[in-house]
Order: sequence, then C-alpha cells, then structure tokens
Amino acid sequence: MAKQTIKEVLLNPVFNNNPIGLQILGICSALAVTSNLKTALVMSIALTLVTAFSNLFISMIRKQIPSSIRMIVQMVIIASLVIVVDQILRAYAFGLAKQLSVFVGLIITNCIVMGRAEAFAMQNPPLLSFMDGIGNGLGYSVMLIVLGVIRELFGAGKLLGFEVLALAKDGGWYVPNGLLLLPPSAFFLIGLIIWGLRTWKKNQVEAPAFTLAPQVANQEVH
Amino acid sequence: MEHLISLFVRAVFIENMALAFFLGMCTFIAISKKVETAIGLGVAVVVVQTITVPANYLIFNLLLREGALAWAGFPDVDLSYLGLLSYIGVIAAIVQILEMLLDKYVPSLYNALGVFLPLITVNCAILGGTLFMVERDYNMSESVVYGLGSGFSWALAIALLAGIREKLKYSDVPEGLQGLGITFITIGLMSLGFMSFSGVQL
Repeated sequence: MAKQTIKEVLLNPVFNNNPIGLQILGICSALAVTSNLKTALVMSIALTLVTAFSNLFISMIRKQIPSSIRMIVQMVIIASLVIVVDQILRAYAFGLAKQLSVFVGLIITNCIVMGRAEAFAMQNPPLLSFMDGIGNGLGYSVMLIVLGVIRELFGAGKLLGFEVLALAKDGGWYVPNGLLLLPPSAFFLIGLIIWGLRTWKKNQVEAPAFTLAPQVANQEVH
Repeated sequence: MEHLISLFVRAVFIENMALAFFLGMCTFIAISKKVETAIGLGVAVVVVQTITVPANYLIFNLLLREGALAWAGFPDVDLSYLGLLSYIGVIAAIVQILEMLLDKYVPSLYNALGVFLPLITVNCAILGGTLFMVERDYNMSESVVYGLGSGFSWALAIALLAGIREKLKYSDVPEGLQGLGITFITIGLMSLGFMSFSGVQL
C-alpha cells in the first residue's frame, strides 16, 4: 500500500471506506443509540475520541508489544480510555449516561476501535494513526447523525428535543411515524443508506454470489 | 423456579440479544453466510456466556461493589469504576482457558469451533450480557439463567439469519443492495417479527 497522506487518512473513511457502510464495523451501537439525536451525538463524540487516542497510544508502543499478547495490551488501553469517558459522562451528564446505559461500556468491544488498532495503528506512526482514528470516528459519526436526525425528526417530530414538525396531537399537521422510534427501523434505514452509498460509489458493490442464467429465448444474451 | 423460567423466556425471545439490543452485530453479520458455521459460533457463545456472566457476577459482588471488600477489612472501598476493565479481562481469560481445555480434552469440539473461539472475546453480546447483569442487579441463580438465556437468544438469531441468507443468495437482488444492504433489511424484518413476542408474560 502506498504511503497515505494525512488528508487521505482523515477523509477516506467518511465516504469511500465508511466503517459502517463498507467495513461492517461498529454496527451494534449505531443501531441502539440513534433513536434520538442527542444520544447519537454523545456516542459519536465518545467513540471518535476513544478511537483516536487508542490508535495514538497503541501506535506509540507498537514496536514494544510482543505480537502474542497484543490483543490483551490493546484491550487494556481501550478499556482504560472507555473508563475515563464513562466516568466523565457520569460526572457531568448523569441522565444521558443512564440513557446510553450499557452502550458506553460497549465501546470497548466496538469493532471500530479494535479493528483500526489492529489494522492501522500497529503499522503506522502515531500522528497518522491518530488522524486515522479521527477519520474513522467521523465516518461513524456521519452515519449515526444521519440516522439520529431521520429517526428523531420523522419518528417524534423533534430535533434535540425541540419541536420541528408540529404534531397532529397538539393541533399541528404531522402524524409521527412511530415505527422509526422502534429498533427495526434502524436496520431498514442503514440498509437503504448502504444502497444509496453503493449506487453513488459503484466500486463498493459486492459481487453477487450467483448470477441469474441468461434467458434462453432472448437471442441477444449468450 | 417460575421466576427463573420467565427470566429465561424473556432473555431468549423478548430481549433477544441480537434482534432487540443489537449486540454482537459485527460477528452476527460477518459470520452468518453458512448455517453450519453459524451454529458452531452460536454454541460457542452459549457456552462462554453461561460461564462469564456468573463469573463476572462473583467478581462484581465480592470485589468491586461498594462495600464488597468488607471481608478483607476495607468497608469503604468502592472499586466499581474498575468494572469494565475487569469484565473484559475475565472474558478474555475465560475464552483463553476454554480454548486450552477444549483443545486438550474435547479436540473434536475444538476443531469444530476453530477460529470462532478467540473472536468471541470481542463479541459485544458477551460483554453486554455482563453489563446488563450488573445494571439490573441479578442474583447468582438469575445471572446463571440470564447468561444461558441471552447466549441462546444470540445463537438462535444467528442460526435463523444464516438459514435465510443461504436461500437469499439465489435471489435477484438489486445491484447496490447486494450483500450487506439486503442483509440489514432482512435483519430488520426478523427484528420486527421478534417484536411480536414483547408482551408475552409467563
């Protein structure tokens, strides 16, 4: 792989190599915390910081880690960072921390953090790894924020708790779509977003496992 | 006893790890292309989950919880902030031990599970089970049942998804939706189906 510049490392994950859309990383939390925008935002910030700093620290000591125990070393670094984030959230935003419940803790096993540490930080210098962490965090955040906006706006008629679409039950015109607040809607939305993304960026399309046999009656197809 | 059965059913159907809480999604999607491997991974998750949840219960209640160290002469110590670090350590250690034990005593099962055992360490469903156990304050017998139930729920979900995906690959899916996209929509539909269990009370 050619040497990557900081700009490429930072911007590539946002659209070209989106962690959720293409790398299938970190989906758990993407689905669970996006029923409103506020939790989605907090989660994005937390994850971006954890990924960036875990990449930075792991990259700094990458030459000292024996490869047989690297998983445990990575886990310890990531877990310590997550504990810091968790304690800060509990101290300054207790209500929000309760709402996020176990999902802050689950950043530890969020595959983005582990995946980037393993795939990128182990081979690259600290600064570049830090940027890669921020970039992947951004890619994740973009997806989460889009989902959060769609789900909260159309599901509850609000954004960040402020009413945007006047609800029918309060004399307005908008009848909220309750389905969007339920968990399955997140799957549909991500599925559709991936469809959109892959229609726009053709090279991300997966090759079908089986193609239909050409129709025999049609002589133009062989 | 009734209470425990109800907890088990709740953990399997109503609060399905994969389809209601979206835990372990990465492996759930990555390793559900074949029914056989999906079931192998499912079994491994059930085993690990049934061991780790009670083990972490003991650690939480005997070492970390506020006042838990009273038996050692430190009644004021509250180590619960170390929770995350200890749980993940315990999980990693148990997976490692299990791998060695299986390798020595049940090589056939070890070969069947293959690469999936180490993967389980980073499966959020395992850590999620432990964290839910701590948050909901289960007792010892409840945490055993919850571990078994939540592990089984995940195994059930991945086996079902693999079954659907095996058939799905013969269907003519629009170009951009191929693969990951259609999988998400399938899971969405499954999750919608599992929602109909909510409200079932035993």
